[in-house]
Amino acid sequence: MNAIDWDLVRSSLGPLFGGLVTGTLPLTAATFALGLVIAVVVALMRLSGNWLVSAPARAYVSVIRGTPLLLQLFIVFFGLPSLGITLDPWPSAIIALSLNVGAYASEAVRGAILAVPRGQWEAAMTVGMGRVTTLRRVVLPQAARIAVPSLSNTLISLVKDTSLVSVILVTELLRKAQEIAAPSFAFFTLYGVAAVYYWVVCLVLSFGQTRLETKLSRHVAV
Amino acid sequence: MSAPLLEARGLVKSFGDNRVLRGIDVTVPAGSVTCLIGPSGSGKTTVLRSLNGLEMPEAGTVRIGDVQLDCGSRPDARAVARLRGQSGMVFQAHNLFPHLTVLDNVTSGPVFAQGRSKAEAREEARALLERVGLADKADSYPVQLSGGQQQRVGIARALATKPKVVLFDEPTSALDPELVGEVLRVMQSLAAEGWTMVVVTHEMRFARQVADQVLFLDGGVVVEQGPPSEVLVEPREARTRQFLQRLLDPL
Ligand SMILES: Nc1ncnc2c1ncn2[C@@H]1O[C@H](COP(=O)(O)OP(=O)(O)OP(=O)(O)O)[C@@H](O)[C@H]1O
Ligand SMILES: [Mg+2]
Repeated sequence: MNAIDWDLVRSSLGPLFGGLVTGTLPLTAATFALGLVIAVVVALMRLSGNWLVSAPARAYVSVIRGTPLLLQLFIVFFGLPSLGITLDPWPSAIIALSLNVGAYASEAVRGAILAVPRGQWEAAMTVGMGRVTTLRRVVLPQAARIAVPSLSNTLISLVKDTSLVSVILVTELLRKAQEIAAPSFAFFTLYGVAAVYYWVVCLVLSFGQTRLETKLSRHVAV
Repeated sequence: MSAPLLEARGLVKSFGDNRVLRGIDVTVPAGSVTCLIGPSGSGKTTVLRSLNGLEMPEAGTVRIGDVQLDCGSRPDARAVARLRGQSGMVFQAHNLFPHLTVLDNVTSGPVFAQGRSKAEAREEARALLERVGLADKADSYPVQLSGGQQQRVGIARALATKPKVVLFDEPTSALDPELVGEVLRVMQSLAAEGWTMVVVTHEMRFARQVADQVLFLDGGVVVEQGPPSEVLVEPREARTRQFLQRLLDPL
């Protein structure tokens, strides 16, 4: 028996590519962008000296990191309706993934902010900047460079984690592969093609990461 | 005689159980250069950082111009920022912003903090860079400069906000010996132009030639102060003599 049906490979390339560009990639982009916003807010909250501000942020990170992503997805999609909140698959997927990415990325952002030397804060303050201006003009731009490797890893994980949303019927790359494979049981072939697509995307992202790191380290002494 | 530009009275500061400042007074007339000297750990940096609120003493007052801070009254961030706005600071490790060009470093205070127009700030910044001999480096990044050049950018950045007094914390100690001169010469010319400066330094030649007064600190108190011709040449206190002796003859 022939495990790989090459005709099927050829005919599925287009539809699976469709799943990639209409499902996986936009979902990754949207949730990563939202996740970064959450991450910066949560990182700043955790760095606050005020317990009322830092405690909820710490709890959020702890809960998200301590529970499976699949379960978070189920709670948003299957659990919230019992509270009277019913969301479509796409909004559910975006909410669950963004909250998940936000928690992981906030750790990276917090570490990066703390890694900016204290002398940078002091220099900014002595030329008259307040805390917010110092963060925006001095600390966050430098923290961004420090956080790039770790955030890149988060992004690459996210690309693959988006496949989980196939279970709540969002049509992305994996679900597309399942749909095409189901009638003929050609799972090996279709999953193989899907795997190659994921892998190529991650390769491209790793390449971009290297380029970005080089670019951002231009002005930094080694 | 008018009031001195800067007056600090009774500064007391501890780190944990370590009482670092034990009642320090500093008086700086406008247009003068004050050098703080003393052994390592004597509290020089802490005094300097108390003058702009980077350290907050438990007791004492600091006044620069018409802004006064009562350190013992747990002043809020606003009050500290007002005092800090009266001075500029040059750090031992320059602390330039590595992600900004030299020109943007110099305009960072005027543009980001004082909200002045970018065009105007840039014009002034170029003049300041010219002033410290770095007009051609405006578009470089700090990492591309030598230590002495970096420190001169640090000076230009500190001057750009038009402070009433400029605080220097050992501006040449982190430099290779052959780069010390270019920084000291810039500082000397600033002094000649009438800038008010407070300088923590181990450069005794600079202190002797440029300072109007020298304060010798040891153990968190001002042991001796006066014009350099007295403190550095014929010190009254044994501790001052010992310190100067050790600088002259480290072996
Ligand atoms: N942030 C801090 N936390 C704890 N102790 C500190 C801190 N800053 C300074 N000290 C202590 O205070 C004392 C005075 O330090 P300071 O830096 O003012 O001395 P200095 O005269 O500037 O010395 P140096 O010539 O080595 O720079 C030292 O014993 C130092 O260890
Ligand atoms: Mg010091």
